[in-house]
Amino acid sequence: MSTATLMKPQKPWQASTQQRLISASVFLVAAAISYGVVAATPMKGKLAYVFVFFASLSVLDFFFHLVTRGISAAKDAVARTVVAFGICVAVLPIVSILATVFMRGYKGLHFGLFTHDMKLNSVSDPIAQGGLLHALIGSTILVLVALVISLPLGILTAVYMTEIRGRFMRPIKFLVQAMSGVPSIVAGLFILAAVVYPLTKSYSGFVGSLALSILMIPTIARTSEEVLLLIPNDLREAGVALGGTQWRTVAMVVVPAARSGLVTAMILGIARIAGETAPVLLLSGGGDQVNANPFSGPMGSLPFYIWKSYSVGTEESITRAWAAILVLLVIVLVLFISARLLSERRTNK
Amino acid sequence: MTTSENQKDPEKNMQTPSVVSSLGSVAKTQSAPKSPGSQALGVGLEARGVHAWFGDRLVLEDMSLDFWSGTVTALIGPSGCGKSTFIRTLNRMHEFIPGAAMAGSVLLNGQDVYAPGTDVTKIRLKIGMVFQKPNPFPSMTISENVLAGLKLAQIKVENKDDLLQECLERAGLWNEVKDRLGAYGGSLSGGQQQRLCIARSLAVRPEVLLMDEPCSALDPGSTLKIEETISHLSSTMTIIIVTHNMQQAARVSDYTAFFLSDGGPGKMVEVGPTGEIFSRPKDKRTENYVTGRFG
Amino acid sequence: MSQDLLSAVAPPAKREITTKPRFSDKVFRGVVTSGALSSLFILSLIFLFLAFQGFSVLRTEGFSFITTSSWQVVLDDAGNIDPTATVFGLGAMLVGTMLCAFIAIIVAVPISVLSALYLNFYAPAFLKKIMVAVVDLMAAFPSILFGLWGFFILMPSAEYWAKLLHHYLGFIPVFQLDPLVFTRSPFVAGLVLAIMVIPIVTSVSREVFSQTPLDRIQAAYALGATRWSMIRAVVLPYGRSGIVGGAMLGLGRAMGETVAVYTVLNVVYQVNWHVLLGAGGNVASMILLKFGEAGPQEIKALMAAGLILFLMTLVVNSIADFIVARSGGKGR
Repeated sequence: MSTATLMKPQKPWQASTQQRLISASVFLVAAAISYGVVAATPMKGKLAYVFVFFASLSVLDFFFHLVTRGISAAKDAVARTVVAFGICVAVLPIVSILATVFMRGYKGLHFGLFTHDMKLNSVSDPIAQGGLLHALIGSTILVLVALVISLPLGILTAVYMTEIRGRFMRPIKFLVQAMSGVPSIVAGLFILAAVVYPLTKSYSGFVGSLALSILMIPTIARTSEEVLLLIPNDLREAGVALGGTQWRTVAMVVVPAARSGLVTAMILGIARIAGETAPVLLLSGGGDQVNANPFSGPMGSLPFYIWKSYSVGTEESITRAWAAILVLLVIVLVLFISARLLSERRTNK
Repeated sequence: MTTSENQKDPEKNMQTPSVVSSLGSVAKTQSAPKSPGSQALGVGLEARGVHAWFGDRLVLEDMSLDFWSGTVTALIGPSGCGKSTFIRTLNRMHEFIPGAAMAGSVLLNGQDVYAPGTDVTKIRLKIGMVFQKPNPFPSMTISENVLAGLKLAQIKVENKDDLLQECLERAGLWNEVKDRLGAYGGSLSGGQQQRLCIARSLAVRPEVLLMDEPCSALDPGSTLKIEETISHLSSTMTIIIVTHNMQQAARVSDYTAFFLSDGGPGKMVEVGPTGEIFSRPKDKRTENYVTGRFG
Repeated sequence: MSQDLLSAVAPPAKREITTKPRFSDKVFRGVVTSGALSSLFILSLIFLFLAFQGFSVLRTEGFSFITTSSWQVVLDDAGNIDPTATVFGLGAMLVGTMLCAFIAIIVAVPISVLSALYLNFYAPAFLKKIMVAVVDLMAAFPSILFGLWGFFILMPSAEYWAKLLHHYLGFIPVFQLDPLVFTRSPFVAGLVLAIMVIPIVTSVSREVFSQTPLDRIQAAYALGATRWSMIRAVVLPYGRSGIVGGAMLGLGRAMGETVAVYTVLNVVYQVNWHVLLGAGGNVASMILLKFGEAGPQEIKALMAAGLILFLMTLVVNSIADFIVARSGGKGR
């Protein structure tokens, strides 16, 4: 490192200050044009700004690059703007959704949400009365029962795909894919046809969980499969070479190595069904009081509560719906972020 | 200078004497071959103190080398000594690797290709590249592949068929494919695909052609054909070829540079006319390498 | 070439390698295989039970169950179902399903492809990571959230856009409107569905684009391509079938969506292909609507409708799966 210490690593391909200034001023001009156009013409609304901004940006970029560097550079510049427009349009709704839910939901939040149910109240009562306790407990039980059913089946499917790799591999891959496309209302109708009418003849949390499992199994199976595929083959060969049976190798080497990934799969499965509404509407009914027994009686849940409050349509009930959505969204966010962090840790290892 | 002018008169660009004289002195003192061959048209491409990093790791240290027009320069050395990285700095392909950085300068006809405001696509038009693995575009036919560069860089050419035939002839492929120009590029054999890639590079009339181990994925027969192509091309352009095959370097090149890395960054040990490098190398390490004692 | 050599020397017959698996492994393989076959088991059960429940309706209605468009339960004076006047025809809702789903795909696919291109080839590393997480998060949002957001936030804007479309493009038949009712139209439902499928199509396209062979990308750049001409020459031809497959996956999702459509669409049983008119529906939302007050006979008809919906999504998903699987690892 004698002469090298004298030289500093440079990245001459990065934009220089002058280029940055030019693109910043193009940006500002486009912003000014969009402001002017929206003010001068009948086009109105926040989205009009976005559209006019991107339109004028691409026109400006096109002519600037056409003059300075030629037609292919000009097309490239327009493509860059259009692509950026695409991602903005894709991300805009999610920003709007998050903002809406937080703005509207927090008005309905109060501590009583987590300690009261709606036994003594109707959804149109003042916000401070009643709460979500029955829905939270119901949703938790629904999800846990569904998890108990889905987790083994999902992981077994994934183990089959990665460890046994038998002749059903391709068909099963396809079936899992097909199952993930089953509409949730069809899952609900199926449990109705297969379990409720012939057997139980009544609403219960358990039948709701059965329908949710149908939606959960493919999510768990596919995520677990991806995770197990990441386990290096050396580990398996080492296990078998040590004289272990395949069963012991999978149970003691492969699955433990993939543990955090399997937890991620489980979390994503929970996030997939936590807000599923249609099957719950058909199957588990929605009591207004805490019912911790999944095998008898209607069982409240967050999606049902949201649905019911929204359908009533009074000011209080809609505020309640937004508050419940906020709670649901926070749960989904927490699940999603923890799944991300877990898989992040796994890949960094 | 625009590309279209360049298209019409490639020789004009190569004979820019002012550039040679202004920079010749630097070149001579450092690394220029002692006696440029009679066919040399001048210094086409010059590397000045090129360093390259991947992240924090310095992989190439202080590389200064001149490449004369009308000559073939071979870069030899063991794996991991920075040969490929070096030629990728020459046509600015190095910067695609995340975390890559460089220092120093690369001059094409006296102009720094890394100068701010340089249009990188124009640089790559003038410095073509052939890769290790043949990589024709599989969704295009043979003729579309050859003319792909024109389409990509939006260059208008008046007589496409003439250009197509000329490029395929220069690449030594015309007789083999003239009856099936509409076939897909993937239908050719590996050696033919590689010559198709050479023809594709020639269609935009580059002044310099970089070849990164162009024969390492090919059988000996195809290798021979590519080597013939290289010697045909060398009279009109600058060719830089990275190779692991020392016989190949001896066969096709006019000058040879030997690169070595002692575990740290790659450095150039020695450069000179190919005959001298292989018969009377000045450095002990070069001698060990070319006689097959290591590497 | 090596294969020619091999066949020329006529290789000896292959020895069969047999191992006698241990008992524990046999049990293990049996358990895992039967667990893995649960998906087959469940899907067949869905088909069988829905077919069983819907059989009587499908038999009486025959083919007209999907071709005719009237859904009427007529009771006679005694309060029993009058079998001659009662008709179940799913046609209008099938039209509505396809209409909403196609609007969704037409809107979502270009945006998704652009987003996927941005994420793969334009975004700086840190932004890419955030954006990918945000788009994936959106795929995990519950559908009722999209429904309520669509109803309260999107609908006012969407009505305004619908009026613009009607005003400037009203001469095109699909944008015509007779009673000027813009509220809760298939157009709005399609937009909500588009927003729901954008994450799916984006992530499939992103996956396919990221598998573009690096040597082709480099070859294009080495020929002096700009980023855009490289994308057009290399990435899009390579990823084309992946985009189609992703679009089909999104179509399947959009066809089966229930709650979000029910929330934003004015579910009316009529054939409506005027996208801006505030009436329509899809099969899933109709099942939810009719289910509450349905008698035994109508529930059977709803089961049959569920069966049709199930088969439709199955077909669309199979095509999608076929296309995506074929696009991987293939040259062009």
